[in-house]
Amino acid sequence: MNYKVIGKYVGHILLIESILMIPPLLISLAERQYRAVVGFLVAILASFVVAMLLRVLCKDTKKTFYAREGMICVGLCWIVLSLFGCLPFYISGEIPHFVDALFETVSGFTTTGASILPEVESLSNGILFWRSFTHWVGGMGVLVFLLAMAPGKERGSGFTMHLLRAESPGPDVGKLVPHIKETAKILYILYIVLTIMNILFLLFGGMPLFDAICTAFGTAGTGGFGIRNDSIAGYSPYLQNVCTVFMLLFGVNFSCYYLLLLRNVKSVFKDEELRLYVGIVAGSILLVAWNIKDMYATMGETVRHAAFQVASIVTTTGFATTDFDLWPSFSKAILLCLMIVGACAGSTGGGLKCGRLLLLFKSLRRNVHQVLQPHKVQVVRNNGRPVDEQVIANVNAYLAAYVLIGLVSFILISVDGLSVTTNVSAMLACFNNIGPGLEAVGPVCNYSVYGVFSKLVLIVDMLAGRLEIFPILALCTRSGWKRR
Amino acid sequence: MKIIIAGGGKVGAKLTRMLSAEEHEIVLIDSNSKIVGEALNRYDVMTLQGNCASVEVLEQADVGEAELLIAVTGTDEVNLLCCLTAHYMNKAIHTIARIRSPEYSGQISRMRETFALSMVVNPERQAAREIERLLRFPGFLKRDTFARNRVEIVELQVNEDSVLDGLALSNLENVAKCKVLVCTVLRNGNAMTPDGSFVLKEGDRVFVTAPTYNLSLLLKSLGILPRKVKKVMICGGGRLSYYLAQLLQKSGMGVKIVEKDHDRGINLAKQLSKADIVCGDATDWAFLESEGVSQYDAVVALTGIDEMNMVISLYGGKSGVPQIITKLVHMESNVLSDLPLGSIIDPKELCSNIIVKYVRSLTNRDCAAITVHSIADGQAEAKEFRIEKNSKYCMVPLKELHLKKNVLIVCINHGTELVIPDGDSYYEQGDTVIVVNSRQNIVSQFNDIFEY
Repeated sequence: MNYKVIGKYVGHILLIESILMIPPLLISLAERQYRAVVGFLVAILASFVVAMLLRVLCKDTKKTFYAREGMICVGLCWIVLSLFGCLPFYISGEIPHFVDALFETVSGFTTTGASILPEVESLSNGILFWRSFTHWVGGMGVLVFLLAMAPGKERGSGFTMHLLRAESPGPDVGKLVPHIKETAKILYILYIVLTIMNILFLLFGGMPLFDAICTAFGTAGTGGFGIRNDSIAGYSPYLQNVCTVFMLLFGVNFSCYYLLLLRNVKSVFKDEELRLYVGIVAGSILLVAWNIKDMYATMGETVRHAAFQVASIVTTTGFATTDFDLWPSFSKAILLCLMIVGACAGSTGGGLKCGRLLLLFKSLRRNVHQVLQPHKVQVVRNNGRPVDEQVIANVNAYLAAYVLIGLVSFILISVDGLSVTTNVSAMLACFNNIGPGLEAVGPVCNYSVYGVFSKLVLIVDMLAGRLEIFPILALCTRSGWKRR
Repeated sequence: MKIIIAGGGKVGAKLTRMLSAEEHEIVLIDSNSKIVGEALNRYDVMTLQGNCASVEVLEQADVGEAELLIAVTGTDEVNLLCCLTAHYMNKAIHTIARIRSPEYSGQISRMRETFALSMVVNPERQAAREIERLLRFPGFLKRDTFARNRVEIVELQVNEDSVLDGLALSNLENVAKCKVLVCTVLRNGNAMTPDGSFVLKEGDRVFVTAPTYNLSLLLKSLGILPRKVKKVMICGGGRLSYYLAQLLQKSGMGVKIVEKDHDRGINLAKQLSKADIVCGDATDWAFLESEGVSQYDAVVALTGIDEMNMVISLYGGKSGVPQIITKLVHMESNVLSDLPLGSIIDPKELCSNIIVKYVRSLTNRDCAAITVHSIADGQAEAKEFRIEKNSKYCMVPLKELHLKKNVLIVCINHGTELVIPDGDSYYEQGDTVIVVNSRQNIVSQFNDIFEY
């Protein structure tokens, strides 16, 4: 284990974080909200000092690191990022309890959008901006950002691939172009362009600039922190539809956009994961709309609400335009399933991912065939290409870890005595980075009903969900930390 | 530059490492998914698993945009087909193929023309040439040439009774009786850039820059008597041995090849009319003795197994053979530098160096080096640069320049004139300059050598 190289990366991440806190600081200054200013100043100073300390301490080290360092590094970076990111909330006094502030920050960075705040409109604008900004930063990942910005010195090794792989969602993370730095750059440019388009569309619908930026951040990261107490419900139907479309867009694998840029439209349309994603979304909207058709006045309204909620859940965003906790059980069941399905691999969304589901289904089909025809030799294919057996094994292992962690955390948060539905949906909503669940944690409620212990469990769930379990599991193993 | 490398074997992996470090965009194709996965984790490249000669795979590798294809799979025919297919898909692409079968060696130039290959590399043949060059000037451990073979950096070992032992470098010119320059000294495994007050010690390995025409004078004045090599024993009868035996016969040396396998021995005997072929185990001490190993001027260990080559070389050294050459493919030669293995030859390394040189000449538009040799067990690099219009400090005497630490200008080629520089020398536009630098401060352009 090369502790120094990990320290170096953690230092880089903290430095980036201290820079990222400058915009909200400026907003707080402009709005003359001095408690928030103090909060941001302290947080910036603290992370800057620690970053510099780490930089000095871990100065001379070999630049190479391996899968193990990559895993530990990513897990640690996210925890440190959250610990320092929650300082503004805590120090400004706007979220008085530390665990609550941490929950809110982790929920932000992991793009969950689960809140412990009963109402958000009383928060100052700087804090609100930071809250939404964490979504945007966490959506594509800070380490990917670091890779995109890394100076020329770090070039020439593929070791950073371990970082990209550990932070980016999906069963088989690949590069778009040979250089990892260029790959990271392309991802971020696509991300920024899409976000700006989202902001423009919202502005066009008459949303105030601040609201538009924060909402776009929440949408882009598929996070779900609103800046109004009623989430998106108070905005016009046009704005809601814009959100629906962009949520779905951010749930698509970003390499599809890159292929579109290269004018390779054919392979985008043939992409099996994208087809499955579109199919699931369309099917769910139809079923939900049919199921709730008596609850709303017009057909248009019904479809709008159905589409928004389905998009919000399947991309694991967690915005809401209506209280879907009041919907019939069939619709709620569909939404619960969508929570598990999640968005596409390589998007900013969470969940199990369509791509993984596809592979699971295909390998299951193969195993069934194997039972019927024991001598048949079969290869699992994705988009016509054979899938490496190791990838399939990893997907199966991922499912096992996913179920296990889900069960354990469900049992752990049940000690607070809330209903089974609440606990199941809370676990699913946090673990899949969605946000709102059902009943006591429904779209119009929040997570303040849980105790400190359960909040800590859910914090771990959110991190594990965002980083796809293994980096967080690696932090808990002894061999991950052992010196070689 | 966009480069496709087909084949991730030893040469392919080495090329991937060297070229990706020079920031080229590389796609590596190999049929083995393990090799591909390993390369992806280790280098900043894109990888593809599949047959590199298939149109589909080449299309995935974006051959239309690539500028260069290097085919270094294990099979000559696949390499050729790969280059042909790529050329068919992209007429502008440069192609390099590795072709090493002796059966094809006679038709290389014709193949290059008809198949529009930019270059054909044959590691064994190149290694054979390198060995032959070493055998012509016994006494040097390694020779690297620059400026169209007119300047060399040669490696010498300072032995116990050598005149070099205890010599200050400022005195070297008087002893050597010709103008030479010591660019790097390897002491206890560390490369050092010496100045005039540096005193050589026994056990040092010294890298000296000298014009090629001064080499024999240098050897003579340093008391390393160039006993001309007349009889060479080659252990192992592979492709490399065949090429080497051919070359050595041409320059009039007697050759004995020791080969274990009888059929192969017969084959060699058919191909090489003048060489002695004996069938036996070269790692058997008694057998080597009975073949009169101590009578030979040189022993070249070229079997397919590194360990056997090391054993053979140690035997040879023990029986007093003055010149030993060992082929090592899988070992890091700097780990073994303390063993008396003589000169170490790695055909695959030679091959990748030649290809890298070609790539650099393709990218030479931006003042990259023309020739690059890694010396002192890879701890230093010697590079030849052409002085362009934008090169700094033309016509300024060297003593007034502020070079970076551990950087040395070791030779200036001014037209037909070779200058081993001192403080008053200078360079001008159109010259080529050889620069030696240690690995820490990587010099990629000529202007990088200056402190400011």
